[in-house]
Amino acid sequence: MSLDTLPRATRSNHRRVRPPGRRWASRFDVKGMPYALVSPYFLLFAAFGLFPLAFTLYYSLYDYDLAGTTEWIGLGNYTALLGDDAFWRAVINTVGMFLLATVPQMLLALFLANALNKRFRFRLAIRMSVLLPLVTSVVAVAVVFTQLFARDWGLINWILGSVGVDPFNWRAERIPSWIAIATMVDWRWTGYNAIIFLAGMQTIPRDLYEAAAIDGASRRRQFWQITLPMLRPTMIFVVLNSTIGGLTLFSEPTTFYGGNVDGGSQGQFQTVAMFIVKEGFREFDYGYAAAAAWLLFLLILIGAAINFLFVRRIGGTK
Amino acid sequence: MMISKRRGGLVAASVLAAAALTVASCSSGGGTSQSSAPASSGAAEPVTIRVQTFGGGTNFGYKNAIEKWNAEHKDIQIKEEHLTDQFEQQYWPQMIQWLTSGTGAGDVVGIDEGGMGLAKAHPEWWADLKEFGLESRKADFPAWKWENGVSADGKLFGLGTDIGGMSLCYRADLFKQAGLPSERDKVSALWPTWDDFMKVGQQFQGKVKDTKWADGTNTLYQVYLYQEAAKNGNVTYFDQQNNLIVDKNPAVKNAFDFASKMSQQGLTAKLRNFTEEWAAGTQKGAFATVGCPSWMLGVVSDNAGDGGKGKWDVASVPGGGGNWGGSWLAVPKQSKHPKEAAMVADYLTQAQTEASIFTDFGNMPSNTKAQQDPAVQGAKNEFFNDAPIGEIFAKSASSLQPVFLGVKHAQVKNAIESVVQGMDDGSVAYDKAWQQLVDDAVKAAG
Repeated sequence: MSLDTLPRATRSNHRRVRPPGRRWASRFDVKGMPYALVSPYFLLFAAFGLFPLAFTLYYSLYDYDLAGTTEWIGLGNYTALLGDDAFWRAVINTVGMFLLATVPQMLLALFLANALNKRFRFRLAIRMSVLLPLVTSVVAVAVVFTQLFARDWGLINWILGSVGVDPFNWRAERIPSWIAIATMVDWRWTGYNAIIFLAGMQTIPRDLYEAAAIDGASRRRQFWQITLPMLRPTMIFVVLNSTIGGLTLFSEPTTFYGGNVDGGSQGQFQTVAMFIVKEGFREFDYGYAAAAAWLLFLLILIGAAINFLFVRRIGGTK
Repeated sequence: MMISKRRGGLVAASVLAAAALTVASCSSGGGTSQSSAPASSGAAEPVTIRVQTFGGGTNFGYKNAIEKWNAEHKDIQIKEEHLTDQFEQQYWPQMIQWLTSGTGAGDVVGIDEGGMGLAKAHPEWWADLKEFGLESRKADFPAWKWENGVSADGKLFGLGTDIGGMSLCYRADLFKQAGLPSERDKVSALWPTWDDFMKVGQQFQGKVKDTKWADGTNTLYQVYLYQEAAKNGNVTYFDQQNNLIVDKNPAVKNAFDFASKMSQQGLTAKLRNFTEEWAAGTQKGAFATVGCPSWMLGVVSDNAGDGGKGKWDVASVPGGGGNWGGSWLAVPKQSKHPKEAAMVADYLTQAQTEASIFTDFGNMPSNTKAQQDPAVQGAKNEFFNDAPIGEIFAKSASSLQPVFLGVKHAQVKNAIESVVQGMDDGSVAYDKAWQQLVDDAVKAAG
C-alpha cells in the first residue's frame, strides 16, 4: 500500500514549478526518500544483525583466550568442535528437547485454536487468557516449575509416587530432564501458537464450510479437509518460528538448573545455546564459542528446511 | 515479526540484558551521579560504595557491619550486592567479564581463594591499595594471607577476610533419635577416622529412615581434599608452577576415592552444595552431617532457618584440620571512588569488624588481632546449641596452612565437582568416574 501512495505523492510535487536551487531537493525526494524512510530498519539490522554475524565468523577462525592471546587457527575451532563430545551431547539435547516440546505443542495449539474458533460466551476473554502464560515472567515460571519438578518434595514426584511410580531425579536423568523442560516450554508457548493458528483460521472463508456442510461433510471432515490445508501458510510460519525458538532454547533449561549453564552435572540438558555461553563467557574461549554459534546457525537452517518440506506436504496435493 | 522470530535467543538476550541493567542501574545510582563532583567536597550527596559478595546463607556476614558503618558515615554509604551462591559457576565468570570490559564490577568485590590465582595474574584489574596507605595493615595478617593479596609486580590488591578452618556440623536431635551420643565431645569421639565416620553413618541410616548421613559428595570431597593437600605439599589441582597435576597428586585421588566410597555406600543425599535443593535439604532434614569450614556455619544456620536452632551442633572433623576456603576483598580499578572503596575494604577487614562477624555468623577472621581477641576465643554460637566456636576454630587458626591454587583453579574445580556430583547422581559410572575426572580437568585447564 505504501508503495503505490508514494510515487503518486511525488508526481504531484513535480507538477509545481520550482526554483532551480530546489531541484536537488526534489530529486532527493523522489530517489532518496523512499530509501531513507526504510533505512532505519536496515541500519539497525546491520548494527545488531549483520555486524555480530560477521564478527562472530571472524573470531570463529581465531583462538581467542582470556589471557588475551589471539591466534589465527583457520578452521581449527570447527574441527575441534566436531570432535567434541560435549558439543554433540548439546546438539542431541537440543534436538531431543525440540522434538519433545514442539510436536505436542503444535498439535495442542492446533486443537486449542480449533476449539477457540467456535462461538461461545466470553469468547474474547477466553481467547486472551491462553496468552497469559506468555506474559508471565520467565523467572516466575522457572521458580514454579523448578519446585514442581524437584526431586525431593516436588509435586510431580509426589503424584507419581502416589500411583506407585519411583521418583525421578529430574536434574540428573537425561530423558526426565528433557520432559520437564519441554513441559515448561509448552506451557509458555502453546497459547501463543494457538492464537496465531486462530488468526489463520479466521481468514478461511466461511462459505467453504457452508458448502461442505451442505454436501454433508461432518465437522471432523471439515477440519481435516478445509481447515488444515487452508492453514498451511500459517503453519509454515509457526513451525519455522518454533524451530528457531526451540533450537536456540536457553532460558528454560538454564533457570531449571539455578541459572547455571552447565545443564546438569554432566550436561544432561545443556543445549547448544548454553554450550556457547559456557564456552564464551565462562571458559572465555570466544573463538570456540563463535564457531559453535555458526554451527548452531547451520543446524537451524537444516531444521528449518526439513520442517518446511514436511509442512508443505500437509494437506496433500499441489 | 522480528520479535517473535527469535524468541529463545531473545529471552536469553533479555535475561542477560536484565542482569546487565540491574548492574548498570546500580552503578548509575551510586557512581555516575557522583563522578562530576570531586570526592572531597563534603556538601555533595553521599558516595555509595557497592560491595559485591557471593556465597550461601549469610555469606560474608557483612549485614551488621554494614548497618553500623552506614549509621556512622553519612557521607559514604555501603550497599551490599550479594550476587549469587555459586562462586566458580556464576560469580567469578561474571566478575571476570566486568573486569575485562571495564564496567559493571562493584567498588569493593569479594574474591574466593579459588579466584585469587587469576586475580594475581591480572594486576591491571585492580587499584593499588598502597596508594591509600593500606600497606600499614601488613602486621594484621598471617604472612600467607597477606602475600596472596599482592600481585607479582608488587601491587597490593586484596585484603584478607576469613579463613577456612574445619569442623563437622551435625543434627544433634537426629543423632539422639538414632540412639547415638548427641553431645559434641562424645560425637567427636565417634569418628577419629573417616572409616569410623562411614561406619557410624551406616548405623545412623539403619535407625533414621528419611535422613541420609551426608549432604552429597562435594562438600566432604572438599574437606577431604584440603586435609590431604596439607599432607601433599599444600597443592591440589596445580603445582606451584601452574602445571595441572590432577592425575599425579595423591591428594586428589584419595579425596575422589573417599567420595566414591561414600556414594557407593549410599551415605549421601545426592545434593550438590550451594544449590537451592541443597538449601531446602538443610532445612528439611535431608541429611544429618555437613562438612563445616568456619564460613559454612552461617550458610547452614541461614539455610536451616529458625526451626533448626538448637538442632544443629558442631563437632570436630575426622582426620584432622584443614583450610578450605577464605576470601579477599579487592577494589577494581574501574571504581570511580577508589579512595572511599579502600576505606570500606579497610573497615571490613579490621580486627573489630572481623571479630564481630565471627561472633555473629561464624566466619573465622584471617586478621590475627581478631583471632587473639578474647571475644573471639571465647565465642559461642547460639544457633549451634551454644557450640564454643572460638575454641573450635580460633585455637587452630594460627596453625592453618595456605593451599596453593592455580590460575585456572575455578574452572578445573567446577569440572571436577561436576564429575564427583555426577557419580553421586548416577550420570557417571563409578568405574569410569576417575578417568573422566582427569579428562574433564585437562579440558577445563586447556
